[in-house]
Amino acid sequence: MAAVQGGMVDEKEEVDIKTEPQSDGLMNTNATDGRQLSPSPSSSSSAGSTKSAAGAPEDQQTLLAVLQFLRKNKLTESVEILRREAGLPEDALDTKGADCSAPSSGGTAGGVDGLDAGSLLSRVAVSSSAGTPAPTKAAVADDQPDVSVVLSAYSQQGDPALYKVYYSDLKKFIESVLDCHRAELSQVFYPLFVHMYLELVYNNHESEAKAFFEKFSGDQECYYEDDLRVLSSLTKKEHMRGNETLLDFRTSKFVLRISRDSYQLLKRHLQERQNNQIWNIIQEHLYIDIFDGMPRSKSQIDAMSGSLAGEAKREANKAKVYYGLLKEPEIEVPLDDEDEEAENEEGKPKKKKPKKDSMGSKSKKQDPNAPLQNRIPLPELKDSDKLDKIMYMKESTKRIRLGRENLPSICFYTFLNAYQGLTAVDFTDDSSLIAGGFADSTVRVWSVTPKKLRKVKSAADLNLIDKESDDVLERIMDEKTASESKILYGHSGPVYGISFSPDRNYLLSCSEDGTVRLWSLLTFTCLVGYKGHNYPVWDTQFSPYGYYFVSGGHDRVARLWATDHYQPLRIFAGHLADVTCTRFHPNSNYVVTGSSDRTIRLWDVLTGNCVRIFTGHKGPIHTLAFSPNGKFLASGATDGRVLLWDIGHGLMVSELKGHTDTVYALRFSRDGEILASGSMDNTVRLWDAAKAFDDLETDDFTAATGHIHLQDNSQELLLGTYMSKSTPVVHLHFTRRNLLLAAGSYAA
Amino acid sequence: MAEREERRFAQVSRESVALMAESAGVELGEEMAAVLAEDVCYRLREAAQSCSQFMKHAKRKKLTVEDFNRALRWSNVEAVCGYGAQDALPFRSGKEGELFFVDDREINLIELALATNIPKGCAETMVRVNVAYLDGKGGVELQGAVPTAVQSLSDDLLKYYQQITRAILGDDPHLMKVKSVSHDLEQLNRLLHMVRSLVQNPYLYLGSYVRSLVSSVMYCILEPLAASINPLNDHWTLRDYAALLLSNIFWTHGDLVSGLYHQILLSLQKVLSDPVRPLCSHYGAVVGLHALGWKAVEKVLFPHLPAYWANLQAVLDDYSVSNAQVKADGHKVYGAILVAVERLLKMKALSLSHPGEWCFNAQTGSLAAAVGYSSPGLSPPPESLSEAAFGIASHLQAGSGGCPWEEWAPVSLPAMYLELYSFFGDSLAVRFSTGPGLDSPPYCPSALLREPKKEALGQGSNSDTARKMPQLTANLSISPRRDGSPRTDPPPPSLAAAGPGRSLPRSSSAQRSRYSSSRSAQRLTGLPRDVFPKARFASPQNGPPTFSFVIGGRQMGQRCQGRRPFQTVFAPTPPPAAVPPRAYAHKLPVIGRVGKPVRRWTCSHYSLLLPL
Repeated sequence: MAAVQGGMVDEKEEVDIKTEPQSDGLMNTNATDGRQLSPSPSSSSSAGSTKSAAGAPEDQQTLLAVLQFLRKNKLTESVEILRREAGLPEDALDTKGADCSAPSSGGTAGGVDGLDAGSLLSRVAVSSSAGTPAPTKAAVADDQPDVSVVLSAYSQQGDPALYKVYYSDLKKFIESVLDCHRAELSQVFYPLFVHMYLELVYNNHESEAKAFFEKFSGDQECYYEDDLRVLSSLTKKEHMRGNETLLDFRTSKFVLRISRDSYQLLKRHLQERQNNQIWNIIQEHLYIDIFDGMPRSKSQIDAMSGSLAGEAKREANKAKVYYGLLKEPEIEVPLDDEDEEAENEEGKPKKKKPKKDSMGSKSKKQDPNAPLQNRIPLPELKDSDKLDKIMYMKESTKRIRLGRENLPSICFYTFLNAYQGLTAVDFTDDSSLIAGGFADSTVRVWSVTPKKLRKVKSAADLNLIDKESDDVLERIMDEKTASESKILYGHSGPVYGISFSPDRNYLLSCSEDGTVRLWSLLTFTCLVGYKGHNYPVWDTQFSPYGYYFVSGGHDRVARLWATDHYQPLRIFAGHLADVTCTRFHPNSNYVVTGSSDRTIRLWDVLTGNCVRIFTGHKGPIHTLAFSPNGKFLASGATDGRVLLWDIGHGLMVSELKGHTDTVYALRFSRDGEILASGSMDNTVRLWDAAKAFDDLETDDFTAATGHIHLQDNSQELLLGTYMSKSTPVVHLHFTRRNLLLAAGSYAA
Repeated sequence: MAEREERRFAQVSRESVALMAESAGVELGEEMAAVLAEDVCYRLREAAQSCSQFMKHAKRKKLTVEDFNRALRWSNVEAVCGYGAQDALPFRSGKEGELFFVDDREINLIELALATNIPKGCAETMVRVNVAYLDGKGGVELQGAVPTAVQSLSDDLLKYYQQITRAILGDDPHLMKVKSVSHDLEQLNRLLHMVRSLVQNPYLYLGSYVRSLVSSVMYCILEPLAASINPLNDHWTLRDYAALLLSNIFWTHGDLVSGLYHQILLSLQKVLSDPVRPLCSHYGAVVGLHALGWKAVEKVLFPHLPAYWANLQAVLDDYSVSNAQVKADGHKVYGAILVAVERLLKMKALSLSHPGEWCFNAQTGSLAAAVGYSSPGLSPPPESLSEAAFGIASHLQAGSGGCPWEEWAPVSLPAMYLELYSFFGDSLAVRFSTGPGLDSPPYCPSALLREPKKEALGQGSNSDTARKMPQLTANLSISPRRDGSPRTDPPPPSLAAAGPGRSLPRSSSAQRSRYSSSRSAQRLTGLPRDVFPKARFASPQNGPPTFSFVIGGRQMGQRCQGRRPFQTVFAPTPPPAAVPPRAYAHKLPVIGRVGKPVRRWTCSHYSLLLPL
């Protein structure tokens, strides 16, 4: 149940707790258009202090609302557990029914445990639907709490004909302010536009809405085009009900970062003009993150904006992230004997090197940024794992040192006769196996080495084996089944994600059918089907230490699983749209998810909290990659750009422009010097990651404000562009010796 | 921004909704239909929006019916079945124009189920690995960096360049090299067309690029392309086209590169004289020469012919099954040479008829002497002058060094004819056919009399030969010629000098008639006349310009036939001196095919040559 709570905690965070706009909204409830706006600068400055006080009760309210929802759906057990977990008294929900008459109490009493759920709900309604007449509120509280409440916020009436006037008035004003403020204030346009449009639609002013849209949609930034298209298809109140994009807009506040000066300017203007309509929207639907200091430039703003819900709040990226690597377990390397034979002359220097390496990893113990070794429980190493580690070390001594002058060789694995059906590819870490997920629901595994794939013998045959023999592992394999490839049948929809376990014994696949499946690569059968996502699952990945895995899908949540649990351990909820890709941090303590809401979120596996939100992509994110040292993250999206992020500081580091189509694959070389990106445009590009990270100078100011200055140095960082032969690059992988493997299916 | 405002969504009209409701047996009010229509539109948009994510996650660029059905299924709507096929569905309108529908043919399931020709399963999905780039520099130019020449272009032009390369080569700019696409005739064709448009663009100064263009084209003409391996590929047409293009380039831009002409000739000659090269290369060389004009043919092909002929003959005389393909190729070459030579003769005759030249020639009385060069005879130009191997890259490297042809004198027309006749026999003469009666009506009756019998005989092989002939005529079209009506050319001035050779033409005409009789069925009326043989008789007395050639080959397509009359007339002429050519020439009608008809032809009683 802890998992569910993890998710809940996060959802609570999502509920915005900034009080300033809300209190203003409440006051405006009674305000007619003629009246002076009530809030003054002083009230906004006091917001900080009231916030913490009001935060707790709001959490409570949400919790109660959830409880009521559960109860209504007869999930009594869940209600019980959730209440116990949340520490609510037994009767928190029991007195339901006697309440709706007293909505006014909701406004005053914050954080009283004894509040009954009905009034709580109506309070939610009040706070989020400023200006709604009381009767509707009561009605709303009775039926579905979520959707109608959300929509009722738009019932606010204004003269539909004046919307255009309001908007163009504001536009004129913003265009006339000083240059330095203009860029910042222009951020307001898009959310305002959307909300005004939705208000018009909601209030059945269809023709006005259309006219409004036509007049102003052209002014919006081009990266909002996709959303605008959705919006333009929406012209009726009835349509709003089921529309997800709309719900996103309504449930989450659009976050803007504006300097104090600019904000004051805007506020003064709106007050002078008595432009209540707009002011209300700003209060209700926008979260303005005010900072002191110089206003940001247009390029600075553009770099960070583009997501569905504006930028990340500064507080969202303040939590400490332990991005360091875990200490490698010490393994006595018994490689000497074989090695010496293998490389007689050079044997000695080589022999020492791995030892030194292991010494080096010992000294890493003090890495202040690393999480505690036992922060999350990790599986113990098996003998086979140790052998593999030894192999890894051996291989890494032969690794080619890459760099600007020394680019990797590229091997291309082309899937032939796939008939456009290849949807996912993965390599094992040692590059011995390759697996493909296909649109025809199959998963196929190939052996890349001459060693063929064999199944384990049947149970009856296994009984006959001498279990004491040294080569028992060899004997259990059925020679008759040896083949170059195996096909795994089980899914009932396209396989969108695929991942090998680090020990190469398992394979994960996730599919449109809503399940994640665990396959054994010893028997080539399905072991478990994890059902939890009720919608297509877009991506899944094993933890670098095995055992755990993460999945994300159309239901907008990412889930953390353990292979031996059929239910998820954590649910990471917060994205406003599909979770399109999921990746584990190298230290397994964090999970990063990319979404089609154009944000990237970093989640703490231990607490389930969202610890980073990265905005800046202008399209759905389709691939993510951590640098081997765990400090940086690379992300690729449909906009064809690759962005680099500093996890510790929560900042964008670099923007790599070059691809002309969706970036579907990203991978750092083993030593982190080179970043390879593969795209739909049939190219692999290599970027100088080392240079991008070295040039980085993070001063305290930048870290504190989150204002970044990106130089446009994509061309400098681009080391090479490598064309494939009309084959989109779906997956990239660096072998342990730093040979780059790329994979894709030939598109005839 | 403008496009964004104009909403390009699918619309379902209220009429359609009403209609559908009606078909389902529900009566809808006007208002209801309107509301429904609007809702349907919205739902459609919604589904369209949500199905795109399935496409994106499947890493495809193409939205499939399957994607759409998935979106429907996830929004609890029944999927639309029956449209999963990959090919596009034709959307047609009914005759009234009001009705639009998808073609939905009935399929006989029984037939399908009981069909014996069950299609084999599609090829197994597999993984192929190749090292694409070594140390990041696999192919320097393969890295997607545009060629240096292109880099200096302005942005607009660069975009244009990319568009063009994409349009021509598909998505892969690396295929710019002709060599790399030698397996794909279509690509090559497209490439050639691109070259043509480049050449024809009057606003383009090609400058030094002519060289590279020519080298590409030459490649198409001469190289044994990968596509040639499969006999089904029609690489011949490609070569023809390339040859035409070559001449085009040469005539329009030849001045840009000094010595281009000679370089081309050199390379062609080199190929021709290389017996190791496959026949398709030789064919290319011949066609190329032909396209460059009769002078080129005269300078290169003609002198080289004796040497070459032996090889060709060997190929053609080999009747073994394994040789069939090569033999067919050999016939192609044969045909090409024939055409080239024919043109050579005609053009030469024409040029000689030119007044100025004519007088000169007439006075000298002997053509060979008339031209007055030191004639090296019929031998090809000295080998030493020929350039190094004519690979695609090498053939233009050589500057305009020695031009061996400069000093080389043309052979006299009759001598040439004789020489050629010794190779081709009558099939050459066929080329100079008769037109409808010029001045020999007397022969008509006999011709008509003979005709029927001839028919009977010819019929047997008719189908074969008729089918084969177009291949030869296709070659003709390479060089633009004045088509159509039989043309009369002044004869060579000093036919008397060629007296001894007279017999040859005559026999050739006879032979030709046999050959042409294969097509005699097509001929309706025969008032034809073979002027050439006649001229032979006439010339001694008449002096030069009294008679003319009629080009028969030209008319093949126009059902010109009927040399029969001539055969009767000239039957008494002495047999041809050279037997070998005849032996070969009679096989011509069945080029590429060895069958009974041939034999029947050879022992035909109607052959006028046999009794001789």
